Amino acid sequence: MKKDIVLCGVGGDGIVSVAKIISDAALNMGMNLKQSEIHGMSQRGGSVFSHLRISDNEIFADVIPEGQADIILSSEPMEALRYLPWLNKEGWVITNNDPFINISNYPDMEKVNAELGKLEHVVSFNANEIAKQLKARSNMVLLGATVPYLGISMEKVEEAIAHIFGKKGQEVVDLNVQAVHAGYAQATK
Amino acid sequence: MLLGDEAIAQGFIDAGGSAINSYPGTPSTQITEYVINSKQAKELGVIANWCANEKTALEASIGVAYAGKRAMTCMKHVGLNVCGDPFMNAAIIGTKGVLVVVADDPSMFSSQDEQDSRFYGHWAMIPMLEPSNQQEAYDMVHYGYDLSEKLGTPVLYRIPTRLAHSRAGVVRKPVRPQNELTEPADAKSFVLLPANAKRLYRDLIDKQPAFTEASETSGFNKYFDGPKKNIGIITTGIAYNYLMENFPDGKCPYPVVKVTQYPLPYDMINKLYDECDEILVLEDGQPFVEEHIKGFLGKGKNVMGRLDETIRRDGELNAEKVAKALGMDVPVMFKVPEVVTNRPPALCQGCPHVDSYTALNAVMAKYKGGKVFGDIGCYTLGFNMGAINTTVCMGASITMAKGAAEVGIFPSVAVIGDGTFGHSGLTGLMDCVNEKANVVVMILDNDITAMTGGQPSSAHNKIRRICEGLGVEPEHIRDIIPLPKNHEENVKVIEEEVNYNGVSVIIPHRTCIVELKKHMKK
Repeated sequence: MKKDIVLCGVGGDGIVSVAKIISDAALNMGMNLKQSEIHGMSQRGGSVFSHLRISDNEIFADVIPEGQADIILSSEPMEALRYLPWLNKEGWVITNNDPFINISNYPDMEKVNAELGKLEHVVSFNANEIAKQLKARSNMVLLGATVPYLGISMEKVEEAIAHIFGKKGQEVVDLNVQAVHAGYAQATK
Repeated sequence: MLLGDEAIAQGFIDAGGSAINSYPGTPSTQITEYVINSKQAKELGVIANWCANEKTALEASIGVAYAGKRAMTCMKHVGLNVCGDPFMNAAIIGTKGVLVVVADDPSMFSSQDEQDSRFYGHWAMIPMLEPSNQQEAYDMVHYGYDLSEKLGTPVLYRIPTRLAHSRAGVVRKPVRPQNELTEPADAKSFVLLPANAKRLYRDLIDKQPAFTEASETSGFNKYFDGPKKNIGIITTGIAYNYLMENFPDGKCPYPVVKVTQYPLPYDMINKLYDECDEILVLEDGQPFVEEHIKGFLGKGKNVMGRLDETIRRDGELNAEKVAKALGMDVPVMFKVPEVVTNRPPALCQGCPHVDSYTALNAVMAKYKGGKVFGDIGCYTLGFNMGAINTTVCMGASITMAKGAAEVGIFPSVAVIGDGTFGHSGLTGLMDCVNEKANVVVMILDNDITAMTGGQPSSAHNKIRRICEGLGVEPEHIRDIIPLPKNHEENVKVIEEEVNYNGVSVIIPHRTCIVELKKHMKK
């Protein structure tokens, strides 16, 4: 099994932290893993991305070559489009479709949605709204929507959440699990 | 799972390192930060400090080595320029037990140039290490200290951004003890009077064959044979991964010399040259190896790489570029839709710099021909607000403003952060005072070194006193609080100082918003 995942969004929105949960689950399954991150100037409200590579074979490059990503997981709709050259032919785009507008020339949302609509494999929904209702983090909802395409079972993801958030108490674990399930439901409905 | 940076840090602790002295700079910051936060390092009594700049940091390491202990100094590539003096002279001394870790930034993710530190190491005539992955990054710290202590030389340890900032699993070695406090075996070696230095330089020259011998035999440089001899490939550091990425079965059909240690392994490269028709050099950085083996006249077999732009000369290397160089297909299905616009990094909402710049912009709008000389830090992003005209190198704001003011630019304003002021602003301000230059120096004090993630700022709580000590007149050191509600008042202060013919310092002081949020969470 090999999954190359591009995580992207806007600096400071925390999308990259989702990688930690996927990594934890993948390591538990005995997979090899590499993850590249962006630090420094690029973090300040600009476009950010992280590459997460999971494989049962040896992984060489720290970054995913263009045209090879199996999943683009984006916290922001225009950012999902920005990284499309990385997607492989059968790859999936999972994205929040609530725009984060911190620039004056943000494109018309109809055009953004139209571009997303052209893709054959896309899950695009308002994760912020679902997160708000649950009082959870939208990144966890997006993670949930990725699970059907991840090659990692929901049980393994739940275990990873328990492992990572366990210190913060059962309530936090439950809330995150609930958010992940809500995202999963969006992707599979 | 460790970042490349963290693997080096853990390697330093486990290899019996005694002191790490550094200055933060992307992508090197996480090395020293890891040691500072390490419980294990604390228990072992390891010294871990942020210093005023790279020069003071490396000199501290030379001091640690004088005492016989293992030292590390980490920096970004341009930091090596700042400590060029102690770096070159540590090589002459033959300083044992010093690793100088430099993180280069190909593609300039967070830097002003793409300089390749290997040219420095070559110039200083010392061994260099360039690991290809996180495990090697860890292992080569142990090896680097062994090499340094055995051959009597500092070692330059080079990584690029991708290795610094990407995670993979790392297997650790047993922890070895720190060195005992000892006197240098050759006490004169630390006294670089010409008489001693001449002898020591000769020693350094005489050590060169031993450095090359180590590169041939250490096991870190490898020769992989392959059946297709039309091209022989040399990879350096992580370039090996970008090559192998193109062969999913892990078998490259071409012969490969994988270089991770310098000087270049002469025998291996000769063998490759003899056996293959052409040579392709893959490096994540400038064409360092390529220039060495190609030669000035370019005679002999064809050597391809970045010099002949088989691979684009600028920008970081990747698997796609390697594939194209080998004539392989790179299938890309999707393009970036035209609707996508750029989203450059920007100052945070609530950032104090925004209010400082808004006030400064209001003043500068009144003067035709006035210029604002910027510096390196978050506030460089003020360029997008039209607030600064220049950014060159750490500290250049004050000195450029002085130079420009003296030949007629008015108003000539410098903008520098508190961290950068501590790094290399003081001497420039002293120049201004000595010449009574007509400049306004704004020292944006947000209490920390923000851009690199909130390290302490060396001038913290001392800025006014430093300026007074350097001779700035106390009545022309003005404190303001950069908040929207103080806008009119701040504009007035800046304008008053613009109209004072001499050195003025304005200190807009408000804590970095990111740092404030961090503290509120705690």
